[in-house]
Amino acid sequence: MVETKGLAGSLVRSGLALRRAGLALLAVGLVGAPLYLPAYTLVFLGNLGMYVVLTVSWILFAGSTGYVSLASAVFFGIGVYAAVLWRTALGFWVAALLGGLLSAAVAAGMGVVTLRLRGAYFSMFTLGAVELATSATRWGEAHFFGRVGRIVLPVGQETIYYAMLALVALLFATWELVQRSKLGMALRCIGEDEEAAAHIGIPTTWVKVAGFCLSAVFMGCAGAIMATRWTYVDPRIAFNLQLSFIPVLIAVFSGSRRPYGAALGALLFVALEDFLITRLPYHYMLLFGLVMVAVMLYSPGGVTVLAGRWWEQVLAWSRQDRTGSPR
Amino acid sequence: MDLNRVLDIVFGGIMLGGIYGLVSLGLNLQYGVARVLNVAHGEFTTLGAFLTWWLYVAAGMSPFVGLVTSLLLSFGLGWILYRLIFARLQRHVRSLEAFEAACMLTSFGILFAIQNLIILTWGADVRSYSYLPGAVRLGELVLPVNRILIFGVSVGLGGLFYALLKWTRTGKAIRAAAQDRSGAASVGVDVQNVLGICFALGTGAAGAAGSLISITYSIHPVMGFEYTVIAIIVVVLGGLGNIPGSLLGGILLGVVGTAVTYWQPGLAVVAYYLFFVVLLWWRPRGLLAA
Repeated sequence: MVETKGLAGSLVRSGLALRRAGLALLAVGLVGAPLYLPAYTLVFLGNLGMYVVLTVSWILFAGSTGYVSLASAVFFGIGVYAAVLWRTALGFWVAALLGGLLSAAVAAGMGVVTLRLRGAYFSMFTLGAVELATSATRWGEAHFFGRVGRIVLPVGQETIYYAMLALVALLFATWELVQRSKLGMALRCIGEDEEAAAHIGIPTTWVKVAGFCLSAVFMGCAGAIMATRWTYVDPRIAFNLQLSFIPVLIAVFSGSRRPYGAALGALLFVALEDFLITRLPYHYMLLFGLVMVAVMLYSPGGVTVLAGRWWEQVLAWSRQDRTGSPR
Repeated sequence: MDLNRVLDIVFGGIMLGGIYGLVSLGLNLQYGVARVLNVAHGEFTTLGAFLTWWLYVAAGMSPFVGLVTSLLLSFGLGWILYRLIFARLQRHVRSLEAFEAACMLTSFGILFAIQNLIILTWGADVRSYSYLPGAVRLGELVLPVNRILIFGVSVGLGGLFYALLKWTRTGKAIRAAAQDRSGAASVGVDVQNVLGICFALGTGAAGAAGSLISITYSIHPVMGFEYTVIAIIVVVLGGLGNIPGSLLGGILLGVVGTAVTYWQPGLAVVAYYLFFVVLLWWRPRGLLAA
């Protein structure tokens, strides 16, 4: 028995080493990707990056606090319009950065107003904000400029790819930092029990606003980056309601507290989208809706939660082995 | 602005508000009683509108026949959806908040399914038809006949729903289940069945409102979400679970919307939302709450 446990322990340890090596290899592979991957795959990876950013930054706030925000499309759309306004004058990178900062500023304003609401009221408010942003932008464009949509000066596929890759890397680094920081602890406390968190002296409103802003920065940057690929943008495209729901769907599907699992979920989603949109363009959204219902009905805990629980069991088993049996 | 304009806006707003009230009453039954936050609510309005348009254009059926058809059809569809999906969701969700979030996400899936079924069936174009185009003159005021009729029907239907809840046995059971589910169950109410009927009444109201909308407004397959947002605002405005409050709130929002549309077309939704923000700060339990 002890022998097999020891064996399992070393298997797990070498597994962890393998995982690290795998991650390093993946990083090198992704950075060099434009050298050997066809253009189409780069576009695919860029799309994947967008969904990973939207999902992981959504989890960053909602996963720990339990506040189901549906404002993702608003922040993404603000980024899109930042690219519309500043791509030509200030260049791609500055526009992307401004998109993120502007989204964070709006998130701060929205947060102060709405984060006092609990549960469904907060979700409704953020949901309504998408409709608000769409019709306000449409009205502003028509009223002041007499137009519906606008053209964004494109950049090369490679630039988009690297920008998205950098954003994803930055987001994962931020994720790790936040989880280890006081902010992450405070966000989790709020998720566990908000009243108790307030009682032990956590400034709950400010913590929530900070978390909300942090998640909005990344969504805004992603919007600015994607806008340069789409070239034509109008309010319906920029503030696409779907972009509020897809991150939640991916997060729910993959188990809402694990960013690496969420990235896998996003991969699955983009692959499915890619497959279906070319083969069944008219039935794709119908299927998307049905898949969403099915996921909610049959896999409410998320797929990776199961895998994660299993992995933790293996880890616990090997730890027991390390402390329990001297060698 | 002269008096005629003001009267125009007020009457136009009240007539539009009747429809808003009917849509919102439906959402109120679903969210206020069954606790299902149905984001796909507006899709039943779209469905009712397209069905009525189609029956009128393809078969020459009166929109009021269409109304009965879409009321019954969306009632049935709502009942099936509740039994198949929302009743089952309840089983593996622990807290009320988690249930509400799960319902919202699930109904988003339903939203996309219905929306795209409509597009697949009838195409993505904007549609409209003309029915009873005449007008009535009241002094200086000119009122279109079809709008008066629509207002009358929507208020009448609202009253019917109210009476149903107030005076029938099913209505009593619905109110009991809304107040205390386990209590109602212990005195022999089949709670899931009753909540299913309640949810279906909600979709039925949305479908009927869609038929009325198709008579005077142009309709398109993605119009539903706007009605959902309006209904959410009206429900908060009138108070959760308050049926007359929904009708009154709908009319109030209709007047606000018509006034804003007169001043700046395109800003109505913005005004609704700002109204909502102010309201939630000032009276989070609704205007009519004690």
